[in-house]
Parts: sequence; C-alpha cells; structure tokens
Amino acid sequence: MDPLAADRTPGQVSSGEPAVVVEGLTRTFGPVTALSQLDVVMPKGVVGLVGANGAGKSTLIKILLGLLPPTSGQARVLGMDCATQGLAIRQIVGYMPESECLPPDVSATEFVVHLARMSGLPSAVARERTADTLRHVGLYEERYRPIGGYSTGMKQRVKLAQSLVHDPRLVLLDEPTNGLDPAGRDEMLALIQRISTDFAISVVVTSHLLGELERIADHLVVIENGVLQRSTSTADATQLSGVVLVEVTDGGPELVARLRAAGAQVAEGSGTHLFTVELAGEWVIDAVRDGAADLGIGLVRMQRRRHHLTEIFRPEQGGAHVQR
Amino acid sequence: MSSVEPVRGAPASGGPAAAPPGDVIHDIGFRHYDGQRFGRSWVVRSLLVETVRGVFGLGRPARSKVMPWALIGILLVPPLIIALSILLTGGKELPISYTQYPGAMQFVISLFVAGAAPYCVSRDLRHGVMPLYLSRPMKRSDYVLAKFAGLTIALFAVLALTQTLLLVGALLAKLSVGDQLAGWAGGILTVAVLALVLSGISLVIAAFTPRRGLGVAAIITGLLVVSGITQLLIAIADEKGYATLASYLPVLDPFSLVDGFAVGVLGVEPSNGVTYPAGALGVLSFGALVVATIAACLAVLVRRYRKVGGV
Repeated sequence: MDPLAADRTPGQVSSGEPAVVVEGLTRTFGPVTALSQLDVVMPKGVVGLVGANGAGKSTLIKILLGLLPPTSGQARVLGMDCATQGLAIRQIVGYMPESECLPPDVSATEFVVHLARMSGLPSAVARERTADTLRHVGLYEERYRPIGGYSTGMKQRVKLAQSLVHDPRLVLLDEPTNGLDPAGRDEMLALIQRISTDFAISVVVTSHLLGELERIADHLVVIENGVLQRSTSTADATQLSGVVLVEVTDGGPELVARLRAAGAQVAEGSGTHLFTVELAGEWVIDAVRDGAADLGIGLVRMQRRRHHLTEIFRPEQGGAHVQR
Repeated sequence: MSSVEPVRGAPASGGPAAAPPGDVIHDIGFRHYDGQRFGRSWVVRSLLVETVRGVFGLGRPARSKVMPWALIGILLVPPLIIALSILLTGGKELPISYTQYPGAMQFVISLFVAGAAPYCVSRDLRHGVMPLYLSRPMKRSDYVLAKFAGLTIALFAVLALTQTLLLVGALLAKLSVGDQLAGWAGGILTVAVLALVLSGISLVIAAFTPRRGLGVAAIITGLLVVSGITQLLIAIADEKGYATLASYLPVLDPFSLVDGFAVGVLGVEPSNGVTYPAGALGVLSFGALVVATIAACLAVLVRRYRKVGGV
C-alpha cells in the first residue's frame, strides 16, 4: 500500500496504547482529495505533524475531533472511534485552533472559565482550574484584562490554556507558533514540551516548519497532499551516524596518516586540521586520542555527528514523489 | 525565615511540612482532574446561562451594560407613570391593556433585541470562536438551541417584568384583582410568544451579519421598516376596499402577528387600532404562522451553523 510502511515505528517512544490510530483514512471534498489512504499510528508523547499548507493536517484534526466524517477508512483517538464517539472524544481531548478565536471584550479568566464549563467541568472546578492553567501557561495579572489588549504571544497562551483547562488526555495544537517572534516561538515550544513531560498530556502539534518540531517532538509524521510521507520516531531519525568529526590545533596531516596506517577510513575535511573518521569501532577513538598524544598536538574536538531530520526527510520525500 | 519554628499542626506523618501561611508559595505543578465531567445537558445549560448574563452585560465591560439597562429603564418607566396616573385620577381600568403594551413600546423592544441578538451570535462568528465550541462535547445544534433559548429567556424576562409592573400598579390603584390577574396572565402568554418570534427573527439576521454594527442596524431596520411597510399596505388595502386582505396583512409584522394571535386567542383589544380577521380561520392562520415563523427561524439557524466554524 504505502512504500514507506517499513519505516513506521509505532509505540516506540512510550509504552501503552497509542494516542491516535488511523487506518486507510480517505477524505474527499468533491473532486479534491484532502487525505488519501492514510495509515499512521501516533504514540503518546509529543507527535509533530508536518506538512505544507493544504497538506491535509487540518482535515486530519477535524476527523480526529469527530467533527468531519471520513469518506472511508477509520480513525481512533485514545481507543475511541472518531466517527461514532465524537462527544466522548471531545470531552478528554483539547484543541487549539490555528486561527484567531478569542473575543476581545472579555478577560482571559472569564473566557477560559466559560470554556472549561463548556467542556463539562462544574463551575467551581472550572474557576479553580482556569486560575491554575493560566498560571502554567504564563499569564498572571493580565488575565483579568480584556483579551482585546493582549499581544500575539499572550493570545496564543490563552488559546493554549483553553485547550488544557479541562485536563485532557491529548491536545491537538494547530500551528501554535504561528505569528510569534523567535523568542516567543522558543517559549511556546518549551511550553509544549512541558505539556508532555510535566503535565503528562499527549500532544499532537502541527507545523509547516520541520526544524522547530525536531526540537520537541518524540515522533514525527510528515504528510504531503494528503499522502503519508514518513512516520518515524525522532530518536531513530536523529540517531548517531557512524562518523566522528575530529579537529586538531595543528599536525592534522600527520594524524590522518597515522590513522590510515592503523586501518581507519578517513575522509578529507574542509581544512587540514578538520576531518571525519569512519567509526568502525571503539578502537578508532582510542587511535585518535593516542595519535594526538604521541604527536603532541592539541585535540580541539571529537564529535560524533547526529543525523539532521531535514537531511533525512529531503531525499525520502523526493523518492516518495517518484514512487507515487 | 530562620526564625520560623516548626509549624504547629503540621502533618505528623512526616509529609512535606506546611509553611506558615503567606511565607512560601509552593509550585505544586499541574494538577490532574479526576472528578466528574458533565455531558451535553450541562454544557447547553451553561451556554444558555452565559448568554442570558451576556445580554444584560454581566461579565462584560461597563460599556456593554449601558444599552441594555438604559432600554430596560425606558421600558419600565411607562408602567410607573400609568400606575401613578390611575392612582391620582382614580380610573376604573388601565389606560393601556397588558397585551397592548409591547405594541406601544415596539421601538424600544426592537432596539433591545437589536443590541442583544448580535451579542449572542455575531461575536462568536466574527472572532472565530466557533471552533472552540465545536471542539467541546456538544453538537452544532446544541449551540443554536442554547443561544436561541438564552435570548428568548432574556427578552421574556424583560417583557414579563413590564407586565408585572403594570399589574402591581393596577393592584395598588385597587382595580379589580380578578380582572387584572387574568389580563396579566394573558399578557405574560403574549410576551412569551413575542419573545420566541423576535428572538428567532433577530438571531437569523444576526447570524448572517457577522459584523456587530451591521447586525444591529439590520435588525432595527428589519423590525421597524417591515412594521412601517405593513402599516402602509394595510392602509392601502383598506382604501381600495379589500377588507379581508387588510385584516390578514398584519402577519407581515412580527409585533402585529403576535398581537393578532393574542387577540384571536384571548379575545383582548387589538393594539395600534388594527383589525384582525374574525372567526376560527383567522385565529388558526395567525397561530399557524406564529409556529411556522419560529420553526423556520430555528431551521435556518441550524442550517446556517452546519458549515460554520471551520473546524
């Protein structure tokens, strides 16, 4: 069915049942196919959903919330069927939309209390949890002022707070870093990571920027034009490559010669004092150390290189295009 | 802090010692909630209550309270004056009947509805709040029903208050208790129907005008212009001798539609000197049209919200 099926690593990041299971999911709008035969398992933890605008991310979220019936196939959220158990799903799932969604004439407190009740919390609990949640997302005294006067960063925090206030098991965050400056972006990403690690709430977060999800996601799902491109755990994708980067103060060529003599595969680097060595075994590292000591040269760094997600995805996406 | 002694009453079990109040704020982290989660009926009821409060400007900035309460004030002044006038002149009956009162205050009531309906629905449409509602354990039609019921209840409460004030005035002036109570009951029934009809119509207009100002203008225009045109058409039909047609034309205006219904059912005096069709057919057709208007408005609203919200 899907050429990349072998790459999927369901449930590796954390144990227990997966947060989201999607099987053969297709959704068409008239002649337009938004999602095509999507098969993906999203484990608990932070799952990054990456795709360009119009890739089908929002359609997938609508289906997961039980607001849009799939044309065919099925989706399950926390073990519940999206097509038939929408109300039950929405009781324990939070959603932060991408668009502006806050009325300007009420305070953050009033609004979040109201939405907490809309999620089924009793009034007293709604008030208590609103105060807690707003504090956790970093809104303090300003929470009593009308939202109309908030900055974009504060509005994003209110949007995040309303998705968390009813203590969901899973939150779906649609482009939470949209419109934020770099500092605000970093804070939002740190907050999202805390939702998973400190609050123990699973997160599915969408973005069209792979680079920012790379930093926080345990698992990445890439879709393009409604077709799954890749679903992989971040740990697998960024695992150590078998290469060590070595930088020395001087005497680079001599060290390279010694290593080659010892049987190591050395690739020429960008300069005479910077080169990479194929890591055939632990002895290679020892050889670099001993060689540098014998030659009396300073070792500036020895670094095992990690794969970058972007360098992994790019060729894969190209390949998928061809196969499709 | 060094002077702090072991706290009296600290847990003996050796758990984390509680600090004296006011000294330390503990970050207890994110707390989970394992308590009860209510279902749709609670959600709808909460939304309804929120709507009613909002119509009166409660929980909103001070400037949102000005219009509704000014209009409520204006609606409550005439009953006071009426009560005073019968007290002073010693009249035998109210100068204006219970069912005639809403017709007489048509302009003010229209203004009140025109301010309230856009608050109920335009705001959520304009600022994209619908996705937040739709992502909660409720259905689209729940939202529509809660908003409709909320506005109806708020409007009914205001109108019922004017009726009750009229009753109190009449009783203070020692008019016949039985007659007044019967008149008041009829008035309450009439304003309940009027609240349903006006809420339906104004919500439909507001739901199609996401810009609040436009919504207000559209509802005022809708209610007042339609009323004016209806009067004009009745006058023309009368002039040309189409008496039956003239008696049915009031159905075009929500206020006279409800008034005609009340006249037919309760046998009270019509307001604004309109003549309504006599006999069972007239009562039936006015009643059927009242029901049809409310049903049609709800159907249009539910249909409108089928696609709304983006989610």
